[in-house]
Amino acid sequence: MSDTPVDTSKRTWIIASGCAGAVGGIAAAVPFVSSFQPSERAKAAGAAVEVDIAGIKPGEKMTVEWRGKPVWIMRRTPEELASLPKLDALLADPKSERKPSDQAPEYARNENRSIKPEYLVVVGICTHLGCSPSDKFTPGPQPSLPDDWQGGFFCPCHGSTFDLAGRVFKNKPAPDNLEVPPHMYLSETKLLIGEDKKA
Amino acid sequence: MAEFHEVSPNASAGEKLTNWFENRLPTAFEAYKVHMSEYYAPKNFNFWYIFGSLAMLVLVIQIVTGIFLVMHYKPDAALAFASVEYIMRDVPWGWLVRVMHLTCASAFFVVVYLHMFRGLIYGSYRKPRELVWIFGCAIFLCLMAEAFMGYLLPWGQMSYWGAQVIVNLFAAVPFVGPDLALLIRGDFVVGDATLNRFFSFHVIAVPLVLLGLVVAHLMALHDVGSNNPDGVEIKGPTAPKDAKGHPLDGIPFHPYYTVHDIFGVSMFLMVFTAIIFFAPEVGGYFLEYNNFIPADPFKTPLHIAPVWYFTPFYSMLRAVTSEMATVLALIVLAAAFFSARRLPSAFRGVVLVVGLAVAVMLGLIPGLGNLLPFLAPVTGGLLKAVPLLGGIDAKFWGVVAMGGGVVILFFLPWLDNSAVKSIRYRPDWHKYLYAIFVLNFLVLGYLGMLPPSSIGGRVSQIGTLFYFGFFLLMPWWSRIGTPKQVPDRVTFAAH
Repeated sequence: MSDTPVDTSKRTWIIASGCAGAVGGIAAAVPFVSSFQPSERAKAAGAAVEVDIAGIKPGEKMTVEWRGKPVWIMRRTPEELASLPKLDALLADPKSERKPSDQAPEYARNENRSIKPEYLVVVGICTHLGCSPSDKFTPGPQPSLPDDWQGGFFCPCHGSTFDLAGRVFKNKPAPDNLEVPPHMYLSETKLLIGEDKKA
Repeated sequence: MAEFHEVSPNASAGEKLTNWFENRLPTAFEAYKVHMSEYYAPKNFNFWYIFGSLAMLVLVIQIVTGIFLVMHYKPDAALAFASVEYIMRDVPWGWLVRVMHLTCASAFFVVVYLHMFRGLIYGSYRKPRELVWIFGCAIFLCLMAEAFMGYLLPWGQMSYWGAQVIVNLFAAVPFVGPDLALLIRGDFVVGDATLNRFFSFHVIAVPLVLLGLVVAHLMALHDVGSNNPDGVEIKGPTAPKDAKGHPLDGIPFHPYYTVHDIFGVSMFLMVFTAIIFFAPEVGGYFLEYNNFIPADPFKTPLHIAPVWYFTPFYSMLRAVTSEMATVLALIVLAAAFFSARRLPSAFRGVVLVVGLAVAVMLGLIPGLGNLLPFLAPVTGGLLKAVPLLGGIDAKFWGVVAMGGGVVILFFLPWLDNSAVKSIRYRPDWHKYLYAIFVLNFLVLGYLGMLPPSSIGGRVSQIGTLFYFGFFLLMPWWSRIGTPKQVPDRVTFAAH
């Protein structure tokens, strides 16, 4: 350090230009950080998809891609529908009350979690860490599942189980029910996933 | 300008050339002296002191093989998997370069874990080597990032779903989580954008940071001098020195330790090449079999697990269920109470309030409701009135535990209060404790590879508590017991 006394008038300007430089530096970082966001192309790929559901027989499931995620469309049998209310006591959040807006649009907040009772439309991504659960439609005892299994979905990654309305069972790692995407019926057999009447 | 040095006109051509350079770049000659020919390292280094040099060797192998892999690899979701297979089948000797790179990734962690264990038992992180240790921990973090992002590049099933799970961990952060995960992926799911940015980080950004940290690690080490198995300072003010001021217990790094390290390198390369040529996948531990299947965003493999070097920390992640979070909440409360009793009254309230707040965030209230059923109506009512009291998802605390498991290492220099550095002179029961710590770490690592099970879950919860207890209670337990007499000079038998 030199012994020359600090020239306070210069010191003020040094601090001022340092601050101006810092502001410039932060401003320059904005475009770089922003470039991490989804690109216009990625957003465009998130557009709604139209699905013809005429071919699904009761008890069958089809998978379509929306925003790169699997969306399941399942046509449930009357027996399967009838079994849903009986499961309420075993479920973590049977009425989808925990995060209503994240889990399902208003028109799907009912016992079946669907617009038309028989057709379930959910995003096939586990709400725990994003794995895709597998189909376990056969009721009864089987490996990794409880003995009173009524049919549903099982996530292989951390063992979460979901019923046929995509509702998560209690004491499983997944915190929430499977997400119902915004969707609407264009006709009896045409389904639009990714958009609803509000949009 | 430095003074120009003249050599005799009769000097040999070699001497003249050396002199020519020395006059123009004295820094390089100075650095050679400081870091090699006149860097005095303790003469009593043992087996454990080979891993620093080996880590350097492995780093060089990774950089060289990486450069060659980039010449053929395509960072594109549609082409990546095929380009890796192309390297394996069609590029002349491409298979060897790739197998070296992936075997070295695992070897890097073997070497670094052993290197860290050395530091742990001989107290190499203690004053004045705190910065050496901190730079080392930062290198470890960088390596983890490097390995994680590199694992996505082959775009196999395990690459894809591993990245999906880990990126989704960030989504567990309260409030900003989902946006953060979106920012990391650059798309709504792991996709082409994610692959491209991970490639950029893996080949440019992280290696640059890593190299900078390695330089800082070595500079800090050479400034304070190496520790040794006795934990005796060989360069301290009272340490014995010769007429030139060189420590009597030290020997120049070159030629002594360079030759010593060449032997270690030969041993390492024998094992390394044996793996490359005879068992490159090491039974699915170094390269998981699911990664021979191209990434399929619609189908999760039946069992996904990270590569072995992440599994101890992955176990800690899985150990934090809502039940475990309740236990942690109670521990935090108890700790707050005990520390509050010893504090002046001014701080007492603050500590209690902070402790209670953390416990509530850990889900104390719903946890109490589950634990004590007669309280359930009260806690249920409370939660109905103020949903925020429900705390943050156990998933988030799992992420905190996994990150904390690494971050806590940074604080080691200030957690250890024992009177002596080296395990050699610490009370005998410390040795057993360290043995249990290592065993616990291995058990956590083993459990992290297995599919979730209820008994494994319990064991990893106990293991996680032990891991954190070991570090967080170290300021107290490291003081207990009578240390043995530390010698004045290092113990060394000439051979």
